[in-house]
Amino acid sequence: MNNTPYIKAEHVSFAYKNDDSGDVQVLRDVSFEIARGEFVAVLGHNGSGKSTLAKLLNMILSPSEGRIYIDGEEITSPDFTEEDLFRIRRKIGMVFQNPDNQLVATIVEEDIAFGPENLGTTPAEIRARVDEALAAVGMTAFARHSPHQLSGGQKQRIAIAGIIAMLPECIIFDESTAMLDPSGREEVMETIEKLNRERGITVLHITHNMNEAVRADRILVVNDGQILIDGKPREVFSHVEELKAVGLDVPQVTELMWKLRGQGIALPANIIDEEEGADLLASLIRGEQSK
Amino acid sequence: MLKDITLGQYFPGTSPLHKLDPRMKIILTVIYIVDILFASNIWSFLLVSLFTVGLVLISTIPPKIVIKGLKPLIFIIAFTVIFNIFWTEGDHLLLSAGPVKIYLEGIMYAIFMIVRVVALLAGTCVVLTYTTSPIALTDGLEQLLSPLKKLRLPVHEFSMMMTIALRFIPTLVEETDKIMSAQKARGADFESGSLISRAKALVPILIPLFVSAFRRADDLAVAMECRCYRGGEGRSKMTALHFTGRDFLWLGIFLLFGAAVILINRFAPGISL
Amino acid sequence: MTTENKATSIRFENVSYIYSPDTPFEKRALDCINTEIEGGVITGLIGHTGSGKSTLVQLMNGLLKPTCGKVYVGGRDIWEDPKKIREFRFRVGLVFQYPEYQLFEETIYKDIAFGPSNMGLDEAEIKARVLESLDFVGLDASMLDKSPFDLSGGQKRRVAIAGIMAMRPEVLVLDEPAAGLDPRGREEILGGVHEYQRRSGSTVIIVSHSMEDMAKYADRLLVMKGAEVIKNGDCHEIFAESETLTSIGLDVPQITRFMKALAARGVDVPADIFTVDEAAAALLPLLRKEGGASC
Repeated sequence: MNNTPYIKAEHVSFAYKNDDSGDVQVLRDVSFEIARGEFVAVLGHNGSGKSTLAKLLNMILSPSEGRIYIDGEEITSPDFTEEDLFRIRRKIGMVFQNPDNQLVATIVEEDIAFGPENLGTTPAEIRARVDEALAAVGMTAFARHSPHQLSGGQKQRIAIAGIIAMLPECIIFDESTAMLDPSGREEVMETIEKLNRERGITVLHITHNMNEAVRADRILVVNDGQILIDGKPREVFSHVEELKAVGLDVPQVTELMWKLRGQGIALPANIIDEEEGADLLASLIRGEQSK
Repeated sequence: MLKDITLGQYFPGTSPLHKLDPRMKIILTVIYIVDILFASNIWSFLLVSLFTVGLVLISTIPPKIVIKGLKPLIFIIAFTVIFNIFWTEGDHLLLSAGPVKIYLEGIMYAIFMIVRVVALLAGTCVVLTYTTSPIALTDGLEQLLSPLKKLRLPVHEFSMMMTIALRFIPTLVEETDKIMSAQKARGADFESGSLISRAKALVPILIPLFVSAFRRADDLAVAMECRCYRGGEGRSKMTALHFTGRDFLWLGIFLLFGAAVILINRFAPGISL
Repeated sequence: MTTENKATSIRFENVSYIYSPDTPFEKRALDCINTEIEGGVITGLIGHTGSGKSTLVQLMNGLLKPTCGKVYVGGRDIWEDPKKIREFRFRVGLVFQYPEYQLFEETIYKDIAFGPSNMGLDEAEIKARVLESLDFVGLDASMLDKSPFDLSGGQKRRVAIAGIMAMRPEVLVLDEPAAGLDPRGREEILGGVHEYQRRSGSTVIIVSHSMEDMAKYADRLLVMKGAEVIKNGDCHEIFAESETLTSIGLDVPQITRFMKALAARGVDVPADIFTVDEAAAALLPLLRKEGGASC
């Protein structure tokens, strides 16, 4: 394994032009690194710049300032050709928010084949990859179905399969769970975790849902175009006040501990799991009762 | 209500017609149409009828569905029948009432026309639209027309457009339903009033529908770009189409049918056009 | 708001609804529903996708007609005279999911005024209602001449909701009003609806997947599963039986699970806790004793 970070952003800024009010600054001087195989959640409220960040990483947008490196290669370099761009897009797949607006074909397996077809892969190889990708997202039984017969969660899994068939190294989920119901969310989250664990695919999951962010290895909290907090879920959620101030939630258990601490009870700040919290509180209370 | 519209009218199945290569089916349809246009006397029309009935039976599509599919033709048929019966002059006068004269030829012509129109539609349906999935049809058309790419005709783009249209029609139909309900919940009335006020009542549906269609198109374009789409160049296909013996057998059958029609026209005397 | 508007309840009597009856696609969406939605409170309607929630709400304002059974709004059978069904569209205001996609007018004012003008109200009355509902959703009157398409997603949704509120319905039904919004957006919308209910005293029904949100804003809960209503009661009652909810695959708030976990460890805490504040209030005395002892 090499030690170069898989994704590296150096002092990246992004602004777009607006007729009324001049330039609108979306990201300002953002720097971060993401290691190969990491599962990182990007947490932020709507309009915080988190989606823009995602679109910069496979050059749907290009930054107004700063450099971005993928696997050691600078994608913001002026020498970067269109050929290079397609190479990067194959390596970094993207799954979007609206499950209806990213499927192209009228039959599930034809849709999954779309990416490899664009790459000019041989028919036999495409067939093998489509079957494998369907199995990876647990949708083999739906190969010949039409996308509009599927639920939101199933459509997103097909979109994921379409990316997997291109053999990516990293997948960016751009609020891919925001429009789903709880069971759809769970389907997608489980698929994401499985791909990360079993295939070592680097995952960047953009979300405003803290229950999903808790499941990542690391969380980047984005606010007002800047990275506010960067750390493991436990560390990040211990910043209860800061998160609340920028309109984000923390797990209810963390919030409870925070409220109790405010009342003078000595409790740790980094509890995010209800079982762990219950153990701790139960022993505190029982400790009192046995005295 | 809108959900009742079925598009493409594909009925999945495993009949010999279902199994043909879509390109061959397009070729067969063209041959079939030409064959039917050749038919010109009572015997060749009889052969056309039998052949078409045979196709319907082989396709395993319930005849009821095929007949239902012919309904839109009723007006055209009725018009040609009336036209032929009353305006054709011949040798065998059957009925004469004042200015109205009906000849045997008129009636025969009317029947020929019915056979021709019905056979044309029923045959095309069972060979092509009822037994071929829209996506296979688009694929077949693209590959069949691919020589035209040399003339710089956008064959791939056309077929991509077809595919995307087929993919999004159900989505947009559903969306239309939803927007209609939402506006009805605000008291919009689509069912009463003059023609103009009804047309006006469509504005609250059409604008949101267009806005949404454009948004979807935008999203889809970005998603396609992310999946490395850059037009037809350098693209491969998961399912390469191959002609098999079966395809050529059917080609033979349709050519023979054409030859038979021509021979019967020439050598079997009968009432003819 | 007039007082007679208050406490309009909705009653379902043996209501069934079947989509595409007598075809191979026949689907029974509601199966013999007998239930009443209480007037003057916020009722949360919860259940899985496909449990019949959306069908149920569309029966309330007569967008769908029950295959059999009767729907009563404020004691009146809404299908008694089918020609007058439009009246119930105004009495029961229905906000669909992602309502921002139904905006169509050139200005925010005209869009909000669409419902009231369909009711045939005069211009002065319409204006008063537009301003009132804009206030309910927390938007500024200076925006009225702007195009709704220039707004942010959350603002568009608030305009769409104001468009229904402006009809001054006796019952306001919202199908997942907070879907897809971030925590702050959720709070703005649901907080606004809560405020609206408290001020108008009207009946409000919110379809939601979020137990946390319902715990915070709903007074009562109606739980649906497989085309049937399986629970209809007070929030406390229903969350106290969290096993029922979990068994049909619905989530309970994390804090409720946490309190259950505490109870399982032998700590004596009430079973019907579903907000963080309630939990803190219940736990403080237990922990204080410890704090006091160590001092």
